[in-house]
Amino acid sequence: MVSSLDLEKRSSGSLPENTIKTLVPQVAVDRTTRAAPPRYRNELAKYIIRRSDACKLCGKCVQVCPQGVHVLKPGYKYFAAPHSHLCTGPACQKTDHYCIDLCPQKALRLVENPMLKALGDYRWPADMILATWKMAETGDLPPSECGYEYECGNSGGGFDCLRFRFPDKPPVDLEEDEIDTTLELNRRNDGRPQIKIDVPWYGGGMSFGSVSNLTQLSKARAAVAFNTFTCTGEGGYMERLRPYDDHVITQVATGLFGVREETIQRVRIVEFKYAQGAKPGLGGHLLADKVTPAVAAIRETVVGISLFSPFPFHSVYSIEDHKKHIDWIKHVNQRALISTKVSTPVDVDMVAVGSYSAGTHIVHLDGGYGGTGAAPDIAKKNIALPIEYGIVKVHNFLVQEGIRDKVTFMASGGIRTAHDIAKAIALGADGAIVGTAELVALGCVRCSRCESGRGCPRGIATTDAGLIDQMNAEWGSQRIINLYTAWRKDLIDILKRFGMRSIGELRGRTDLLTHLDYTNNVERKA
Amino acid sequence: MPEKYHIKTQMIPPRRPRIGKFGVVDWREDCAGCHNCAKRACVFDRYRQETKYIRDADSVDAMFFECMGCFSCVQRCTKGLLSLSINPAYERLGNSYWTPEIILATWNQAETAAIPVSGAGYRGKFSGPGFDAMWTDMSEIVRPTRDGIHGREYISTAVDIGRKPTVLNFDGEPSAKVAPPALVDLPMPLIIDIMPPEYRLPGLLPSLEGVAVRTGLIAIVDARDWELLGSVEDKDLPHLAFYLDKDTPVPSAELLRKTRLVEVSDGITVLQRIRELKSISPGIVVAVRVPLDSGGTERAIQLAHESAVEAIHIVADSNGNQVGVENPKFIKDMTRQVHTALVKSGVRDGVTIMAGGGVALAEHLAKEIICGADVVTVNLPMLIALECRLCKECRSGPSCPVELDQITLDYSVGRMTNLVSAWHDQLIEVMGAMGIRDARRLRGEVGRAMFFEEIEEETFGKFFGSRKAK
Repeated sequence: MVSSLDLEKRSSGSLPENTIKTLVPQVAVDRTTRAAPPRYRNELAKYIIRRSDACKLCGKCVQVCPQGVHVLKPGYKYFAAPHSHLCTGPACQKTDHYCIDLCPQKALRLVENPMLKALGDYRWPADMILATWKMAETGDLPPSECGYEYECGNSGGGFDCLRFRFPDKPPVDLEEDEIDTTLELNRRNDGRPQIKIDVPWYGGGMSFGSVSNLTQLSKARAAVAFNTFTCTGEGGYMERLRPYDDHVITQVATGLFGVREETIQRVRIVEFKYAQGAKPGLGGHLLADKVTPAVAAIRETVVGISLFSPFPFHSVYSIEDHKKHIDWIKHVNQRALISTKVSTPVDVDMVAVGSYSAGTHIVHLDGGYGGTGAAPDIAKKNIALPIEYGIVKVHNFLVQEGIRDKVTFMASGGIRTAHDIAKAIALGADGAIVGTAELVALGCVRCSRCESGRGCPRGIATTDAGLIDQMNAEWGSQRIINLYTAWRKDLIDILKRFGMRSIGELRGRTDLLTHLDYTNNVERKA
Repeated sequence: MPEKYHIKTQMIPPRRPRIGKFGVVDWREDCAGCHNCAKRACVFDRYRQETKYIRDADSVDAMFFECMGCFSCVQRCTKGLLSLSINPAYERLGNSYWTPEIILATWNQAETAAIPVSGAGYRGKFSGPGFDAMWTDMSEIVRPTRDGIHGREYISTAVDIGRKPTVLNFDGEPSAKVAPPALVDLPMPLIIDIMPPEYRLPGLLPSLEGVAVRTGLIAIVDARDWELLGSVEDKDLPHLAFYLDKDTPVPSAELLRKTRLVEVSDGITVLQRIRELKSISPGIVVAVRVPLDSGGTERAIQLAHESAVEAIHIVADSNGNQVGVENPKFIKDMTRQVHTALVKSGVRDGVTIMAGGGVALAEHLAKEIICGADVVTVNLPMLIALECRLCKECRSGPSCPVELDQITLDYSVGRMTNLVSAWHDQLIEVMGAMGIRDARRLRGEVGRAMFFEEIEEETFGKFFGSRKAK
């Protein structure tokens, strides 16, 4: 009789070997910024120019505008639809090419686009969406003269009320290349690989099913370009992602879709998803319409049947059970780091510390206002804490327990801009995880219609063959790469103004923040 | 295990054209008449439906606003002739408390009985006044599970109204000597309350009775309106509770004995009134209706200490505010105040707290219970389920824009039942996320909720000083 222990000993020789190999040649993606123009003919604009009947079609406006707002194609008598999104608005008045004043007939009028009232919401105002599109198009921060107020939303709390207190002049003058934005993910010193990502964020989990394979692929390619990660979400591991294995996180969620020994072994990070901020305590939702044959195949389920993942893991009812889970993955993949994604209950600090003691490398906190492909409205709004409170709670408790530097603490759930990332870090996180912003870069308008029917009308969060075709992976990856580039510039700019050499220096520096709703008269030390 | 509480629902479409949030403005002039018009590509096929609708429409004022606001056609139109705007009719719905979002969400639930589900993250304000200043807890690793929501486990929403004995007296006998107290059991912590005076439509009563019967709940009916109900079958009487104002004569003993709950207005003679009712029908539970005016919470606390009082119904105004006070407190805070006071003085379980006013959404139901109410009473959402938009025009008689006097029982009871069912499912979602299996245990669980003022102070107070007064 051979005991199971003997069996394990026998296999132990072969396991590490198997799990360290990357089985498929990996693809490199370069980080170069290239223009990725909007894929719709009429890009939404903050300002539009109205042309009255007085216009004599003289073409003066076309000559003077350096942005190319007015379009008169050669051989055409009449103007084509203007490229209003290139217009810099009232700021242009100070220049010598302000078409409104220069028009001989005074036929032009500049107005704020009334359509913006219908775009966006409190958390993602129209300006923030437009600015994100701009960044995704150009790879640069939106020009200040365009007047986008994109750093904060209008939600009236949390990040939207926090501002940095920049010194008048940086304490030290730093060049951009002296500033380090990398983030170490393994702080346990447990012999597992040291993984460093080039930017203090990575892409959040979005499953195949909730989003299209092109969206996933675009995210993965951008992750490769920035030497960071993207996550499969709870929908299985698409074969097409294999050449990006080194930058993909396999998610083990309660539905266990696509969780196989092999999908665990091929990646460098495995993430346990306990809960998701948008629907904490409720498990995943993928409504029937979106379970197409391809999705059903990868998830090994039935076409057209809604998939409600259970909550919680039926094998985990304590921290000890959680440790058992982690040990299992660590055994199956000996080179993997473990991330634990939890939401923000009242006792989130205890959960984080418990997760650390169970052996996780990354504690990933997903706040109550996080993104989703489908969630009950009651859960999105009411269940669990906004991430801002969660970060402070967890950071303080980790410090108090003396383990703050032994675990990487990532925050997500309503991180929309580089400023949000910086604020999250200043509140105490090591880095952030982003999702919705990447989709906005791909052209999402946040109309909230991703959950049913054919899915996203804009072809991002859908698996409908007729809708996916609206974009291609080349364009998609470039848009996200451009957004990441712009964000990195924004982050470096923030660090530069504080005279900080690395992103790590910003962590926990609440003394550099002010809150609009407070008296801010507390004496604080760094 | 008792039989599972299940509400039978069916889709009941609205009688009037829907009022959506968005409308596309079409600048027809200069249209190039493209063959591949952007309108044809609408994922939701709205334009074709609209054309059909306009052709078939039988009233000229009907407008069709079911655009989903995805901007696709706006951004695709060759000539850029389309633009999207917020439907002005949508913005006119309701009022500052009963917002267009609330009204639209209620309409959808009344139509489909489904929990509102949508994609993309939360879109609203960080926090807000009233119920928006609190979040409910979730639990990473406890039972019951989502299975509870989908059937394998049982999350109970049942509650009881009445006085519960705090100790059992055995006196050396093998079984307790206490006679079980009069209790009203409800399958879910919801009671349909009398409509506020401005919305007290006479034709509505049979519908409210109907929904109470169909859902197993109770509807409170002013005893003076008894005649308006028409004939009520005996088996339906347990789902009605009479409200007796100061001078309302007590209904006949025969009628009273067939109901389970009766509500009386508060006053000097209230204890006498309770004794009178109890003497007619010893099995009935008597609730005292206490308006939450300047002395409302104190009065409720005082009444709870009276051994004759079994249930107290605290009522704020329609918007959840304290009545007749300059800086009114909100219902959730007043409920919490009453609950906490009763817990401190050790009499909490002696009395049932019913609370109402300002409960507009399922989340308010859950939050109100967490703040300390055993049972929540609602009125206006029932009316909104019938496509009411709270325009108050009914006060002047026949001009109701949705013709609420023309409704059929199938329609009205069906729509309201759908709403109750959707609320029940959402209550279970909240309880499931918290890992609470019994609505009775949800009551007063303030430790499983987070209040904006408290957590804001705890988190940001030490960094940023004190919060500025608004």
